[in-house]
Amino acid sequence: MTLRRYLGMALLAAGSLAAQNTVTPQRLLEASKEPGNWLTYSGDYSSHRYSGLAKITPANVKGLGLAWVYQSPVAGSWEATPLVVDGVMYITQRPNDVVALDAATGRVFWSYRYNNLEDPRVCCGANNRGLGVLGDTLFMGTLDASLVALDRHNGHLLWKTRVAEAKAGYSITVAPLVVKDKVIVGVGGGEWGIRGFIAAYSAATGKELWRFYTVPGPGEPGHETWLPCPTDSKEYCDPEAWKHGGASVWVTGSYDPATNLTYWGTGNAGPDYNPVQRPGDNLYTASVVALDTDTGKLRWHYQFTPGDRYDYDAVQVPVLADIQFQGKPVKAMLWANRNGNYYVLDRVTGKFLLGKPFIKVNWMSGFDTNGRPIQTPQPVGQPTYPGLLGGTNWYSPSYSPRTGLMYFPIWEDQAIVFSRIPVAYREGNGFGGGGFQPFVPSVGDPKKGIPTAAGVPNLRRGPINDWTDAAGHGAMLAVDPATGEPKWKFSMTDVTDVGAATTASDLLFTGGREGYMQVLHARTGELLWKRNLGAQMLNSPITFEAGGKQYVAVMAGLGLFVFGLPE
Amino acid sequence: MALTVIAQQPVMQEHPEAYPKADIQYGARLYGEHCDRCHGANGAGVSGVNLASGKFRSATTDGQLKMVITNGFPTAGMPPFRFDTADLTGLVAWLRNMNSIDRGSMKAGDPARGRAIFEGTAACGSCHRVNGKGSRKGPDLSDIGTLRSAGYFERILVDPNGQLLPINRPVHVVTREGKAVDGRRLNEDTYTVQMVDGEGHLQSFVKANLREFRISTKSAMTSYRGELQPDELADLVAYMLTLKGVL
Repeated sequence: MTLRRYLGMALLAAGSLAAQNTVTPQRLLEASKEPGNWLTYSGDYSSHRYSGLAKITPANVKGLGLAWVYQSPVAGSWEATPLVVDGVMYITQRPNDVVALDAATGRVFWSYRYNNLEDPRVCCGANNRGLGVLGDTLFMGTLDASLVALDRHNGHLLWKTRVAEAKAGYSITVAPLVVKDKVIVGVGGGEWGIRGFIAAYSAATGKELWRFYTVPGPGEPGHETWLPCPTDSKEYCDPEAWKHGGASVWVTGSYDPATNLTYWGTGNAGPDYNPVQRPGDNLYTASVVALDTDTGKLRWHYQFTPGDRYDYDAVQVPVLADIQFQGKPVKAMLWANRNGNYYVLDRVTGKFLLGKPFIKVNWMSGFDTNGRPIQTPQPVGQPTYPGLLGGTNWYSPSYSPRTGLMYFPIWEDQAIVFSRIPVAYREGNGFGGGGFQPFVPSVGDPKKGIPTAAGVPNLRRGPINDWTDAAGHGAMLAVDPATGEPKWKFSMTDVTDVGAATTASDLLFTGGREGYMQVLHARTGELLWKRNLGAQMLNSPITFEAGGKQYVAVMAGLGLFVFGLPE
Repeated sequence: MALTVIAQQPVMQEHPEAYPKADIQYGARLYGEHCDRCHGANGAGVSGVNLASGKFRSATTDGQLKMVITNGFPTAGMPPFRFDTADLTGLVAWLRNMNSIDRGSMKAGDPARGRAIFEGTAACGSCHRVNGKGSRKGPDLSDIGTLRSAGYFERILVDPNGQLLPINRPVHVVTREGKAVDGRRLNEDTYTVQMVDGEGHLQSFVKANLREFRISTKSAMTSYRGELQPDELADLVAYMLTLKGVL
């Protein structure tokens, strides 16, 4: 006998109002064909952060109004990019919560709290940048370096895989990239002496399928760039520097189905500021690596900052675009780097095509024919441009196939006086190897700093810009992707940690430290709309549809703000 | 100036009859697995401590007892224990009753048989999900064995209406366009309601756009009273206590 259960299961053929279909690998591949959703960290595999939506336009954007706000219950900077799948928004909030909300009203369906079992060691707060989705499952990396899979319809934990040891300084803050049946993540910990890696896990089971160490071991290609210590070294040199060589991975990579390559940027070498104890170029730190998505094998690499001593993480989002370069079509990778240069690479071969400063730089004077920067380290006590936090950073760029322009936030005239101190590796201890002093030029003698000037623009601050634009200022920059020539620049008084999202109606959404959300014209940079959200913005905007309406979502302070046009 | 005098809290001796049999049984089993190595089957294994006396030196309320079990007495050699809600509820129920009930006389349910009933005749999976299998209509039960208690399971199986958590109440809506949707409530405010529908999909409605909106206090689950024998119910409870989630 079968017992009849649910009495009132007139639930039967109720049908759902918003069709909620499973997220197939094909949907992810063709994410740009469903602009109402936001299915990956950067919107699609080519990481354009460009949306085909066009209901909000330059003509009607003045009517943009607040639709809803969701407030995070946990204080601290909020760097996450939401996903939107068929009317449901999925966000992460500190430390490793996942929340599912109705994308039209902001009301919560469910929330999940991951309890970090180990005491996480993270440089810069309990950050998490978002989720990956496949089928009916969400994926999140955790501060204690695990990867978890959740049922996206009810928030229940399906599996958990330990990726690395938190006590050794590993963490995961990056939003996973899901390709085919794999969930790809990298590890953070560049300030803790980790040996970085990128790894792929089975979406179904959490089993590790491949792992690529971003610092090659003995016998592997690239290991020779970790030179032996000179026998007559007068300074401390670490003969096993590669073992804690850094090259963390904390911003989501891209994927090109045509080459089956997945591209990821890597972080600074460890220790950050003392290259003397790790002689050589230190591959694959401060680089982009192109990996075979099925095997994790390295196809090519390009190192932006060899032997980095400035913490110039190459953790930018690789933008994949097919452009005309010097009269020929090129499958390009566009890259505005923390080191202050804009790059064009051939994404099939890794060939260096263009490198061009987009701000004042003095750590290098140009490139040799192979695309290697000619480095010009500054004398002790003198400022280096750009400073520690770079000419740009992890903030998402955008590429609009409509305007044909590449957009990214920049920090101008921001400098640091770097110093180095030998540091022996100890598991779980900080591994900086030096320090940095903010440099604010004195008006009478710009080569001298004002010693008592307020600190360099750091990761976050309160409502008063007490370092002022004298210590650095921000802008949104639009460049010709083939030449790096600026097309327009929208300047701000304070610096900005906010990326860009562009639309098929030629809007560009962005913001900044000052707390303004700003809508610019993507062709001219003209300010079309702004609103003071009252706290620093730190994530990159997205746009999506719910109930047939277009919305734009940003985070500022503890608020997730969603704007739309009036009914 | 007014003085507030806080009186000594009265001793909170809880009544044995308040503890469900299923919790006492489950607690007795856990006691046998974790406690009687030191405390002995009769509760008097540690010098100066007699658990069966119903009096505890460091705890009077159930909450304090749970705290003692959770924190242990490291200085006296008792380690802290990581028990979940279901476990602690069972252990306290047993401790409160061990002077009047013979552990040997207690017949515990069989989780393997319970699982067969859960997946077979009781067809629980037609509404509930466990470790990625089953429907999402009812609450996911993958870790329910950490969140509730044996007594709760025993009660809800025979009295689903009485035990239904208000948040889980069935919702019936008819949209302005005439579309009817039934589901389980996940959230609600003055203007909107969120639910999971019969297909397990998340749905949100603006109330002003609804032609009909009803919340029922009647559980979508029917009672198993009379449908399952007492020992089958005990088996089912024993199985649900094993649902401890992925971790």
